[in-house]
Amino acid sequence: MTSPDSVLIVGASAAGLSTAEALRRHGYQGRLTLLDAGPHLPYDRPPLSKQVLAGAWEPARVQLRDPARLEALQAEFALDEPAVALDAAARAVTTGSGRVLRADALVIATGLTPCRLPGQDGLAGVHVLRTLDDALALRRDLTAGRRLVVVGEGVLGAEVAATARALGLDVTLAGMGRTPLGEQLGDVIGELLSRTHGERGVRLRLGVTVEELTGAGGQVTGVRLAGGELLAADVVVVAVGSRPATGWLEGSDLPGLPGLPGLTPGGGVACDSRCRAAEGIYAVGDVASWQHEGLGRRLRLENRTNATEQAQAVAANILGADRPYTPIPYFWTDQYDVKIQAHGLPSPAAELTVVDGDPEERRFTALYREGGRVTGVIGWNMPKQARVLRQQALGAQSLASA
Amino acid sequence: MKIIIDEDKCCGAGQCVLIAPEVFDQRDDDGIAVLLQAEPDAGQHDAVREAAAVCPGAAIELSD
Repeated sequence: MTSPDSVLIVGASAAGLSTAEALRRHGYQGRLTLLDAGPHLPYDRPPLSKQVLAGAWEPARVQLRDPARLEALQAEFALDEPAVALDAAARAVTTGSGRVLRADALVIATGLTPCRLPGQDGLAGVHVLRTLDDALALRRDLTAGRRLVVVGEGVLGAEVAATARALGLDVTLAGMGRTPLGEQLGDVIGELLSRTHGERGVRLRLGVTVEELTGAGGQVTGVRLAGGELLAADVVVVAVGSRPATGWLEGSDLPGLPGLPGLTPGGGVACDSRCRAAEGIYAVGDVASWQHEGLGRRLRLENRTNATEQAQAVAANILGADRPYTPIPYFWTDQYDVKIQAHGLPSPAAELTVVDGDPEERRFTALYREGGRVTGVIGWNMPKQARVLRQQALGAQSLASA
Repeated sequence: MKIIIDEDKCCGAGQCVLIAPEVFDQRDDDGIAVLLQAEPDAGQHDAVREAAAVCPGAAIELSD
């Protein structure tokens, strides 16, 4: 494929921006347009549940690039312009305002939409956390409120609970999993996180289903659990997972490539190992479900590192490279003074073996093993040692630069 | 080329060390990135640009 004359990137967050920057870095001089449903120039999401929610950072600090850098990118940013339809054959995207944008190459980088609970809409005090505006609205309510219930014991829910507790709120963390992050990292790590949250005064209601949100006069009053317990709340955060933001593609004619369905059953954009969803159409970041050649399976990663790493592969492939995207997945989470680093594919099914340090001292690294093979590395307050262990145990390849 | 690391944004991933080990390292105690060369040799520039591009904390600032 020759280099395109125009590239349209749908989604101007970390993955979309990184794709644009990588295109320019590799010499692309054609037209570059970034479309986004939100009103803001590219900003970073991981600090939203931590520094921004805590009030430690001014909102402006999450801007990913200063105005001079964005200027140098020589790209058009079309903000507040949600994509509503795709004409795949023409590589044309229709926006909410009726604009039709056409390009030689199209990149789908629309990210995720948080799942919601029944009855949530129209009830004041109930929040999801995905955007900067979500974070600022939640912060306003946390500043005014006293009792917070977080529904969802994954990374986001656990981080919000930790941040709110540090702000002095009365916090309950409720969720279907037995331990915080247990479904991602297994119960050994999950138990340690349970203890950590418990020691800080977070009430845990785990392994239970939420029955309903309760309200009075349009304001949330609590969360009722299966079994009847009512958790009184001034503020509720719903952090029960997300879905790929691909609703705008459902009525479209994304044809896929031979053997690819367009969208996966989970709503991700089905891509080949080159992150290509159709001729001239690519996907990057949280929305992209692609074939990882190293693992021999389809993967879709909802983490920050994937956004920037996958962008490097997508940009190279747009410009004519033929590069499979084969990363070692990585995510981190910060809760209180705990910094967890997870490399590879940790799983509750794996066996965990401590390599260095001591879980009782809350500073250690460990390996995940499944079927005799090392599948993941975790560090608890040992980031550097975890990275070194990753290089030893999972291979030294820096997959973004392969 | 000059490199500045925003320690407050660094998440300790170590992606920079994986990509440009002659330029970046991490502190033993908290994993925050440190510079082995604040003004790297020309031969390192491509790797440094890539490290800045993929840094999940957006913590690496470059000036030419």
